[in-house]
Amino acid sequence: MNCELNATTLHAYFDNELDAVRAADFELHLKQCSECSASLNRLSALRDGLRKSDLYQAASPRLRSQIAQQIASESRGTGLRWKFWVPAFSVTVIAIAIAAGVLFLQPHSHSGRLQSELIDAHIRSLQANHLTDVQSTDQHTVKPWFDGKLEFIPPVSDFSQQGFPLLGGRLDVVDGHNVAALVYGRRKHVINLFVWPAADSSVPLNGTGARAGYNWLGWKAGDMQFCLVSDASSEDLRQLQALIHP
Amino acid sequence: MRFEQLVLPHLDAASNLARWLLRTPADAEDAVQEAMLRAYRFFQTFRGTEARAWLLQIVRNTCYTWIEKRMPAELMTEFNEELHTTSSPTPEFIAIQANNRKQLSRALELLPLRAREVVVLRELEECSYKEISTVTGMPIGTVMSTLSRARERLARILTESSAREASSEL
Repeated sequence: MNCELNATTLHAYFDNELDAVRAADFELHLKQCSECSASLNRLSALRDGLRKSDLYQAASPRLRSQIAQQIASESRGTGLRWKFWVPAFSVTVIAIAIAAGVLFLQPHSHSGRLQSELIDAHIRSLQANHLTDVQSTDQHTVKPWFDGKLEFIPPVSDFSQQGFPLLGGRLDVVDGHNVAALVYGRRKHVINLFVWPAADSSVPLNGTGARAGYNWLGWKAGDMQFCLVSDASSEDLRQLQALIHP
Repeated sequence: MRFEQLVLPHLDAASNLARWLLRTPADAEDAVQEAMLRAYRFFQTFRGTEARAWLLQIVRNTCYTWIEKRMPAELMTEFNEELHTTSSPTPEFIAIQANNRKQLSRALELLPLRAREVVVLRELEECSYKEISTVTGMPIGTVMSTLSRARERLARILTESSAREASSEL
């Protein structure tokens, strides 16, 4: 008594991998083939046993916390980031290193240093997994996220309609103090909007400039300092500024 | 942050696969740590939405490299189609055997590496054929034939071990 049917068809049926037509055909066959019926029952018994028998080896709590620690130190450690060789974005790594090197060579006034640090922070944020701590286009998600993390709450709006979608937010440190970073997209560009209390900086940042291939645009509104940094055009930054503070 | 959201939730899947491929908990934990680190560093290259399959592929490759170095014999074992039992066991018989965790665990361990791998991915991890193909690098046709033979082999091992037990009780 040997069923002519391909064994893999039976298994594929059992695994729900047959398309509707072939499954229907197989079911017709099943009605007349006791051998296949028995095989299916055997497979079911095997499956039930495997799933009920607690054979799944989940990660132990110790392994879980070890991994969490390892990843945390990977994301913190600056040295490790440059050491490994990943062909996919090694060019980016080198470009960033060069950009950072260029920054260090420039003479600094205080505001010059502030601008450098902002651009530095922008470049850092472009690395893997460093762009956002909270990733959402919803300002009602991003804005409250800052509550309790900073001494101030930045104004957060999404401008997707106008071509500047909110991508998320994160905490950053610039010039020794905490800043809010709101991340916007502009076509393929990433724009960081840094916001902090004006009182934290001894020198106000007003105006525009370009450094190491990035444009920046700073202004003060109320008692808050704002600065946009991006490789998007300065015209784009002006448009975004107009949306934030019309 | 995205790594924690997309990849870390599949740590249990990583651990399960490594454990069944490498057999000992200590080796499996080392392999998982190495694989997770590699996944973190290469996260930039991850495209698409199949984070579990992507991670398991890394875990699988890490384990195979390990096996090549330390247990190369594992890679050699293939199916040998000896047939000790000529009759097919009844489903009820399989059900009884399969309810015995120790028997089942042992039977799974006795499967050759690639057979074990596809059974674990299909039955314990509930991966689709496509996912299994991604993780193992086998074409789907090979996944299907390996899986069907692996299941038959498992049934046979369970039958044989029960026969041995029965005869040793005589």
